[in-house]
Amino acid sequence: MQKSRIRWHIAVFLAPAVLVYTAVMIYPLFNTLRLALFNEVDDQRLFVGLANFRTLFLDPLWSDAFWNALGNNFWFFLIHMLVQNPIGIALAALLSHPRLRFAAFYRTAIFVPTILSFVIVGFAWKLILSPIWGIAPSLLDAVGLGGLFQPWLGKEEYALTTLALVSVWQFVGIPMMLIYAALLSIPEELLEAGEIDGITGMSAFWKIKLPLILPSIGIISILTFVGNFNAFDLIYSAQGALAGPDFATDILGTFLYRTFFGFQLQLGDPYMGSAIASAMFAIILIGVCIYLFGIQTRMRRYQL
Amino acid sequence: MKKTLTAATLLSTTLLAQGALAQDVTLTIESWRNDDLTLWQDQIIPAFEASHPGIKIKFSPSAPAEYNAVLNSKLDAGSAGDLITCRPFDASLALYEGDKLADLSDLDAMDSFADVAKSAWQTDDGSATFCVPIASVIHGFIYNKDAFNELGIEPPKTTDEFYAVLDKIQEDGSYIPMAMGTNDQWEAATMGYQNIGPNYWKGEEGRQALIAGEQKLTDEQWVAPFRELAKWAPYLGNGYEAQTYPDSQNLFTLGRAAIYPAGSWEISGFNQQADFEMGAFPPPVPAEGDECYISDHTDIAMGMNAATEHPEEAKAFLEWVGSEEFATIYSNALPGFFSLASFDVEMSDPLAQEFVSWRQSCNSTIRSTYQILSRGTPNLENETWGASAAAIKGTSTPEELAQKLQDGLSSWYDPQK
Repeated sequence: MQKSRIRWHIAVFLAPAVLVYTAVMIYPLFNTLRLALFNEVDDQRLFVGLANFRTLFLDPLWSDAFWNALGNNFWFFLIHMLVQNPIGIALAALLSHPRLRFAAFYRTAIFVPTILSFVIVGFAWKLILSPIWGIAPSLLDAVGLGGLFQPWLGKEEYALTTLALVSVWQFVGIPMMLIYAALLSIPEELLEAGEIDGITGMSAFWKIKLPLILPSIGIISILTFVGNFNAFDLIYSAQGALAGPDFATDILGTFLYRTFFGFQLQLGDPYMGSAIASAMFAIILIGVCIYLFGIQTRMRRYQL
Repeated sequence: MKKTLTAATLLSTTLLAQGALAQDVTLTIESWRNDDLTLWQDQIIPAFEASHPGIKIKFSPSAPAEYNAVLNSKLDAGSAGDLITCRPFDASLALYEGDKLADLSDLDAMDSFADVAKSAWQTDDGSATFCVPIASVIHGFIYNKDAFNELGIEPPKTTDEFYAVLDKIQEDGSYIPMAMGTNDQWEAATMGYQNIGPNYWKGEEGRQALIAGEQKLTDEQWVAPFRELAKWAPYLGNGYEAQTYPDSQNLFTLGRAAIYPAGSWEISGFNQQADFEMGAFPPPVPAEGDECYISDHTDIAMGMNAATEHPEEAKAFLEWVGSEEFATIYSNALPGFFSLASFDVEMSDPLAQEFVSWRQSCNSTIRSTYQILSRGTPNLENETWGASAAAIKGTSTPEELAQKLQDGLSSWYDPQK
């Protein structure tokens, strides 16, 4: 019997990825979690256990801002789930229609904003919606709806929804592409078999295609969730770190930035910043776990 | 070993020979004044390099809103420049206490500055000064002289006259009375609250009393400025809620708005952009004959990175920053940034002269939230931004806003408890 040898080549081939990933992802992540348990007292770094989290969740000065940011974040996510993903699916269903002309053109045009920088998107939309120079007021005037125009980005009640819709505009291409790919992989025979049984048109979509693309929709939901709870760039580029008006667009990312790096006269606080980052990490982790164990395992899969 | 060293030296000389001479020292300046890049490159740096051979200066600014965060990260990482442009008060004090900025108390140039000029860059007990003061900015209102002549109105002296002027412009309809937006929030606080406020809290008197805990933000003199701001909304342009700071600047320089609540730092930009004559008036006083107070805010200074490799050269540059030559170049190239040095600097810009003339007729103070009071959480300065914007928009009453600020301040600041 041959002696089992250590298979060194596995370690060698894994090493580069493991090292790089450890250096840039795992180590910073755990160091952040560790930093959240410390605080500076009289210029000394002290281990304070969960005191930072107690401050964050229970001290009204911090918790108000935290719950506000968390609530805004959920609203931001909800808009994406209710607007971005259904539109993405609808667009994919239209694009996969065999008789649609210029499909490649539409596909590209809708996907292009996704590759734009947040800064460009934020700036461009700020200009479009500007009450002074923007084209939104004159466009609305042209169709006789000028009265509906509001300085949306400057009003507490509209600003977050407006920015969420801008973000939807930017990213609607991603669910569209993923669903489009899933739709294309549905075999033609299946649809033909359905047709013979009298399932055509809309009901073919609801009864055959939709169940088959459900796993893709699940993946998109979780990507949206993770993306939204890590979001920062668009709010920062459009409204600044103070996420105005009156913190109406403050999400966890901007709250973290302000706390960690400081803003104007406010000095950065790496310890509370790390506590917020850890809380964000926990929220995302819980969300992903709920999906993985609660939803994905129960989803019915079909062998194509 | 020796051989490799020689080879390395040879190699580096050949590499460097094309650029500057090998023994030249290059000092890098960290700054948030990216607007001043050309001024530094074309005027200040050549003037310094002409008199100090062997030292090269590189001005490397970052965006104003990100400066503090960027600078702190760079200092922590050890990649910051040799010379650091200092924000006033706590941001720089924290850097000094964290051993990031060097003590410059024994610099000869420090003698050219009055104590009040240095106060923004000293330890609380005044024992150490860590930045060489450069300039202050003065708040007031800039107006379109052509528009005022056209409508036959005079710059107002009292608040009643101020609103009468605004009403008149409103009635005429060809101009937006006042160019200001609340989108960026800081405009409302800096050019609104801190601009008109000193007239109510009597400048230094109120500011010191607030720090000492003898006055509260809920006292009438601190609520009154919010009450005034609440009256501003009808005079601002349509959709001012989403109007940004550059929007306001453009509205004024394009001649679409008649009055601009300003800081003197706007002067050089406005001189380039506007093709009409401009004038300025100090914040109107509540009643005829009241003493006037202006915000003459110590805004900018320069210090030395404690970890610099070239402390001697950096000190030579800072000595020069405290010289009359620098003060003259700086205040003339940047009208609106008024030198803090005690030299009598000639200024040619009429608008800048107008602003600086108020130093004679009014009492100077600095922004109320900057010294000590923005040390804790919640940060009073940032809270004031939101409160001022809310006052203008009318989303809360002045009393509620003052109460909220006072609650925040007293939660961490002992003299206010």
